Amino acid sequence: MPHDHHDHLSPSGHPYRADDDHPLTYWQQMEIAVRELLIEKGVTTAAEINAQIDAMDARTPANGAAVVARAWTDPAFRDALLKDASIATRDMGFDIGPMKLIALENTADIHNVVVCTLCSCYPRNLLGLPPDWYKSRAYRSRTVKEPRKVLAEFGVDLLDTTQVRVHDSTADMRYVVIPARPAGTDGWDADRLTTLVTRDSMIGTGLAKTPDIA
Amino acid sequence: MTKEPNTFDGRRWHDMGGEAAGPVPTDQHDFSLWEKRVDALMILASTKGHFTVDGLRRVLEDMGPEAFETMTYYERWIASVNQNLIEAGVYSTAELAQRMSEVATRGATYGEANQ
Amino acid sequence: MSATQFMRVRADMPPGHVRTPIYLRGKTGWVERTLGPFPNPEALAYGLEGEALPLMRVRFTMAEVWGADTPHPDDTIDAEIYAHWLEPAEAPHAP
Repeated sequence: MPHDHHDHLSPSGHPYRADDDHPLTYWQQMEIAVRELLIEKGVTTAAEINAQIDAMDARTPANGAAVVARAWTDPAFRDALLKDASIATRDMGFDIGPMKLIALENTADIHNVVVCTLCSCYPRNLLGLPPDWYKSRAYRSRTVKEPRKVLAEFGVDLLDTTQVRVHDSTADMRYVVIPARPAGTDGWDADRLTTLVTRDSMIGTGLAKTPDIA
Repeated sequence: MTKEPNTFDGRRWHDMGGEAAGPVPTDQHDFSLWEKRVDALMILASTKGHFTVDGLRRVLEDMGPEAFETMTYYERWIASVNQNLIEAGVYSTAELAQRMSEVATRGATYGEANQ
Repeated sequence: MSATQFMRVRADMPPGHVRTPIYLRGKTGWVERTLGPFPNPEALAYGLEGEALPLMRVRFTMAEVWGADTPHPDDTIDAEIYAHWLEPAEAPHAP
C-alpha cells in the first residue's frame, strides 16, 4: 500500500498518525490542491511548509513548564513574566512568533482558568496546538457560567474561599496560567520542578502535580 | 401563504458562552499529516499578508453550526483558508476546481493523490 | 492609583464578524488594563484595513453577568473588548 512518507518523525519520535490509507476525502483533495497552487504561485515552498510543521511540532507544553518552573524559582523572572509575558518568554529563548501573551498567576486565594467562547484561541506558539476538549462546544459554552463545575470534571475542586477568575480569550491576547507551586518542593531546582507542570495546569483546568504523585 | 415572522435575535451560533451543554469530552486525537499541512498553510498564507486570522474566523462562522457539528476542525479550516485565498485573488475558483479534479484522478487515498 | 473605570458593553446585535461575546453585551465591568491599539478585527475579517483601537481588558463579576443568584457571585470573568463597544458607566449594583 502506498504511503506518504514525510521526511521525519514528529519531535516526540512518534510517526505522524496515518492519514493515507483511507479513501481520499473532498477536504484532503482541497488541501492538496491549495498547497500545490500556493507553491506554484510562489506564495510558499514545500520546504517552508515542512519547516512550519516542524516549528509547530516543536512547541509543546514542555516550553510552558520551563517558563513556569523558572517563575517559581526566579523572582525577577516572575515579575518580568507578569509584566509582559511575550518579552519574558522571548528573552528566555522561545520563538513565540507575533503572539501577545499574558501570564496569570494562581495564588492561595485566586484560581485562573482560560477559555475562548468565540472560537478556540490558545497560546499555541508557546504550548503547541490545543487539546480537543478546549475546542469543544461544552468547554466553550460552560466555562464562563459554571467554571467550578467544569473544573470539577477535570478533578479540580476549589474551596469556596478561592476566587475563580475566568479569562475569555476574545481578541488579541493569549494567556498562560502560572499554577501555584506545590508544597513539599522546597529546594527543588527549576529542571526538577518542570516535571510537576502539566498542560492543563497552564490552562487552569488542572493544578501542578504534587511531589508524591509526580 | 404567508411566512411566520422571523424570530432571529441576532445571536450567532458560534457565540456560545453561557449556553447549556453536556460534560466536556475527554477523547483526544493526534493530528495527521494532512491536518498539520492545513495548519501550516494557514500560518504561512496569513504571515505573508494574504489574509488574517480574522478572515479565517469570519468564514468559519459563516459556515454555520452544521459545519461545526459535521466537519472536523481542519476540514473547516481548509474550507476557510481556500475561501480567503480566492477572495484575496491568490488563485481563481477555476484553478482550484481543475486542480482538485486532477488530484482526484491520481488515486483513491491521500497517499496516492499526494504527489 | 487612579479611580476604577467602569464600562458598559454596548448591547448591539449586528450581523457579521465581531469579537464581543453576546453574554457580555449590556453588562458593566471595570477596566483591568488597557492594551493596544490594535487594528479593528471587524474590518480585518473582510480584508479591509482595520482602524487601530484601544483594547480594554474588562472584568465582570459573575453576579453582573449571570444574576445575583449565581452560586459564586464574586467569581469574575475577564474579556478583551474593543473601545468602540464600550461606554463609560456607573458602578453596577454591589456584587
